[in-house]
Amino acid sequence: METELVIIGGSAGSLQVIIELIRNLDTDLNFSIVLVVHRKAQSVSILPSLLQQYSKIEVIEIEDKTEIEINKIYIAPADYHMLFDDKTNVSLDRSEKLHFSRPSIDIAFSSAAEVFGDKLLAVLLSGANSDGVEGLQQIKKNGGKIWIQNPDTAQVDYMPRQAVERVRFNQLITSENLPIQLNELNKNNKI
Amino acid sequence: MLEPNIVLDHEVEHLIKDVHEVYGYDFSLYSRASFKRRVNRICLIDKFTSFAELRYKIVNDPGYLKHFIEEITVNVTEMFRDPHFFKALREKVLPQLGTYPLIRIWVAGCSTGEEAYSVAILLKEAGLYNKSLIYATDINPSVLETASSGVFPINQMKIYSENYILSGGKKDFSDYYTANYDSAKFDKNLKEKMILSTHNLVSDSSFNSFQLIICRNVLIYFDKRLQERVFHLFDDSLENLGYLALGTKETLRFSHLQKRYQQLDDQKIWKKADHN
Repeated sequence: METELVIIGGSAGSLQVIIELIRNLDTDLNFSIVLVVHRKAQSVSILPSLLQQYSKIEVIEIEDKTEIEINKIYIAPADYHMLFDDKTNVSLDRSEKLHFSRPSIDIAFSSAAEVFGDKLLAVLLSGANSDGVEGLQQIKKNGGKIWIQNPDTAQVDYMPRQAVERVRFNQLITSENLPIQLNELNKNNKI
Repeated sequence: MLEPNIVLDHEVEHLIKDVHEVYGYDFSLYSRASFKRRVNRICLIDKFTSFAELRYKIVNDPGYLKHFIEEITVNVTEMFRDPHFFKALREKVLPQLGTYPLIRIWVAGCSTGEEAYSVAILLKEAGLYNKSLIYATDINPSVLETASSGVFPINQMKIYSENYILSGGKKDFSDYYTANYDSAKFDKNLKEKMILSTHNLVSDSSFNSFQLIICRNVLIYFDKRLQERVFHLFDDSLENLGYLALGTKETLRFSHLQKRYQQLDDQKIWKKADHN
């Protein structure tokens, strides 16, 4: 089964996992990665340049109508929801927060589910609220794959635990084996 | 809670066609993902369990259309939102505008008016208010009523005040409004130079020429084709050496017009080059 997009949702306690991931990720990916991370809205976001230090792959903060390409890592901007118009075009939305969050992982996940169907892999990491669960349910319904950080190994276990209890997932991952598994996926992935 | 998936893609198309044919509002070039999300949100709010119910209501109840427009167009706004943007306006743009005998500013897609009031405050503090006109427009007539009242929820004043200070404001923000139990009424004189009017960026044309156009977080709801059209509308409405200001994650970069504009540092403010 081929994967065209890997979308990763994280909140409190997820940054370390993300850094470990991109530090150890192959640099010839045949899919794109989009990160949807809860964080404080700031005028100049430091997250993209922080993450760029750990990767040869280009790390890009999404702007409205950014085109998504393979072998690049995208970050949803703080204080906007992110939606897929199609497989390459991303639109932003500044409507109400969901689960006190903007970007909302639920909104990004369910939008990706509709556009990518079974070509989607979603990864849900550490966090302190229940954002992501409904989005994962949409992904399941549309045939996508779901990996969840093992709550026992998450710095903040509430978000992955909610997901584990309420969603049929494909596997549990840890900070250590997430990059290994994604590199494996990359090798076996034919587009 | 996430919106239910009541209205499907092809039904969204029908709905857009109906609204255009019956009422003349054209949503066909809105960004499809967020438009569909809003339509499903309306179903959730108004308890429609099928697309047929929503469609029937829209086509047969003109009074409902107002509510529909209200919900489709996102009206989440703040005063001095993204304070660094207002700081840049204060420090880099207003001194330039000050050289004109009359300053005309268009706040396009002004929603409930918070940005127009913020601009009025900036102009007052720069000593330019008396020679300025602020045209604040929106597609949605009901948000303009709120803008006209100048009354905003009191519980927002703390964050507005913080934003104001971060934008370089030196006064006591509460000087600009009178507090009541649950609302804050902004000074009438902030509205003296404000002209509120409906304007539809999709179908209406240019109505004046401006030195500054502010349109923040409106274009994100449009697809690329419509964005390009609106950029041309703004270009037609902007004087040489005028400024165009967009939202923090919006860009002129994908437009053909980009080469005629120069971006101000890292701000989402572009200056129109002189062609004469």
